[in-house]
Amino acid sequence: MDIKVRGIQKNFGSFPALGGVDLDIESGELIALLGPSGSGKTTLLRVIAGLEFPDRGQILFGEEDMADQPIRERRVGFVFQHYALFKHMTVLDNVAFGLRVRSRGERPPEAIIRERARELIELVQLAGLEKRYPTQLSGGQRQRVALARALAIEPRVLLLDEPFGALDAKVRKDLRRWLRQLHDKTGVTTIFVTHDQEEALELADRVVVMNKGRIEQVGSTDEVYEKPATPFVFDFLGNTNVLPGEVRGREVYVDGQTSAIVTDSIHAAGPVDVYVRPSDLRVTDAHAAGFDAVIRSMQRTGPIVRCEATAVHSGQAIEIEVPHLHHDTQALRAGQQVRLRLNQFSVFPRQTRKGGGALPDVVANAPAEYRERGRS
Amino acid sequence: MSTVFDTTLQDPPGLPPEFGQGPLMRRNAAVTEVPWVRWTLILAALLFLLGFLFLPLIAVFVEALRNGFAAYFAAITEPDAWSAIRLTLLTAAIAVPLNLVFGVSAAWAITKFDFRGKSFLITLIDLPFSVSPVVAGLIYILIFGAHGWAGPWLMDHGIKVAFAAPGIVLATIFVTFPFIARELIPLMQEQGTEYEQAALSLGASGWQTFWRVTLPNIRWGLLYGVLLCNARAMGEFGAVSVISGHIRGQTNTMPLHVEILYNEYQFSAAFAVASLLALLALLTLGLKAWLEWRHGEELSASRKH
Repeated sequence: MDIKVRGIQKNFGSFPALGGVDLDIESGELIALLGPSGSGKTTLLRVIAGLEFPDRGQILFGEEDMADQPIRERRVGFVFQHYALFKHMTVLDNVAFGLRVRSRGERPPEAIIRERARELIELVQLAGLEKRYPTQLSGGQRQRVALARALAIEPRVLLLDEPFGALDAKVRKDLRRWLRQLHDKTGVTTIFVTHDQEEALELADRVVVMNKGRIEQVGSTDEVYEKPATPFVFDFLGNTNVLPGEVRGREVYVDGQTSAIVTDSIHAAGPVDVYVRPSDLRVTDAHAAGFDAVIRSMQRTGPIVRCEATAVHSGQAIEIEVPHLHHDTQALRAGQQVRLRLNQFSVFPRQTRKGGGALPDVVANAPAEYRERGRS
Repeated sequence: MSTVFDTTLQDPPGLPPEFGQGPLMRRNAAVTEVPWVRWTLILAALLFLLGFLFLPLIAVFVEALRNGFAAYFAAITEPDAWSAIRLTLLTAAIAVPLNLVFGVSAAWAITKFDFRGKSFLITLIDLPFSVSPVVAGLIYILIFGAHGWAGPWLMDHGIKVAFAAPGIVLATIFVTFPFIARELIPLMQEQGTEYEQAALSLGASGWQTFWRVTLPNIRWGLLYGVLLCNARAMGEFGAVSVISGHIRGQTNTMPLHVEILYNEYQFSAAFAVASLLALLALLTLGLKAWLEWRHGEELSASRKH
């Protein structure tokens, strides 16, 4: 089922949760709504589900306007962050619930309901646990029961609210892969909400990056990572260094350097912010295009060596990440001045920022206040 | 859930036997007093319980049986006593189910919906707890009494409320109203609306959602509330005393009957009827303890207040 979101606005009191959102989702797609908390991603999901009603705008399932359809008539499979499994029912009864509550005319006979529920339990790889109660299952198992329960009503769209949020890292990774396989098998249009950029990039066909009730960018995982449309998207999708720069024609001068990086794809002119990921900085020889930095400290974390450095001209603190066995690591010594090359970077018109230190790492699960403060 | 607690209280395997004094007995030095302080405190608490709770309870039964079992049975099967017992049971049988419906509806409305005047409604539910029962009884006299607002009109139509069973039932409903709602509101608040939303998303109607999801989720809390409500409905004295008029064999409930017998110096009859109320209390306590032991986790939300 393809879904169209048209100019959705939603306020909670005076807080604008969604400020005019448009989105087209194709049938069979697996879409991630990615953003920090308070970005409106969950609200958008709940509006599509029919758990919230928008102040303005349209939700279309195919050509059908969902405006006045309550959730029970939309046939959406909704998986809650904390699963909301019915505690007093067994796994089988939970999965069968959606079929059993149908009106007499539409309800299949009990034997078929049980058969269907068993098939779904098998699909989510929980065969043999039909008679367990939710409290007797692990978090990952509960999550899969919730999925089977949502799939039982043959939903037109599957909506998942932070599906892995309550699980530990290892289970999360396994479930992620498994959910991808399940989606490929069932082909149900699926939208999931996450604040974890890694999860979104790994799992989704397309990622919708949201911030402050608006969509910043919609694109394939490659597009949003390689060609971020806004500084926010760049910042949110990974670790980020921001350096002052200047664009003259097709040349970028980073951090007050006199040697320019020549590029084809720059349209802005004048003072800019140059965004570059720590892993896209490499040591180069002193005359090549780039900028100078003094290495402050080094720290090895597993296969990666992280360096704290300071840009010589602007005094900007920056971070460099190099694979442990990379030949650059020999050149990186505390106190040493090096010329750094930018493998890949994005340029945005200069923003007025206070402080001016490097942006903090975008840590998965980082609370919004932390991110907000870091970005001010 | 109890199994989980059991395992956490066991000694880890492989500990030498002299470690601690077996499960549950290990002391945490930081929060433990010296022995004599501990024993004094425990003794004081025990003596207090014994003197103020246990002895009176025993006294009730001893006094009731002072003249033997025959006199005891005569006292509780005597027509006026029997009528009081019947009226008490009738009152509870009407007041408890009504409050069950009111309490569940009020808790449902307050916890699952947002509306104007919600906090006012919550305050209103607490009103019977904050008003003296005597005042509650008086209110009904003022409304339904012979010189009250609605009394004369009702009397003309042959309906007697004050100094009759309907008045007693009304006063009892008023006094016991908060028990079930108060028990359910925190419980349902803690559970939130996610279960209901899940049921609705799966295609259930509002009615199906209530019967199949909400009600099973609150059943033990509800039973607990019903138990407390019932105990109070049968034991209520003040409000009922004002509105009943103390007509023997007609408008006397058990607590009122006990008082009348006592005032007439029929001590052993008074204690006989009182012993029935005491038995009811013991039964309620037993059930309450069982519920807390068996379903403590689900009830804990409402016991925080």
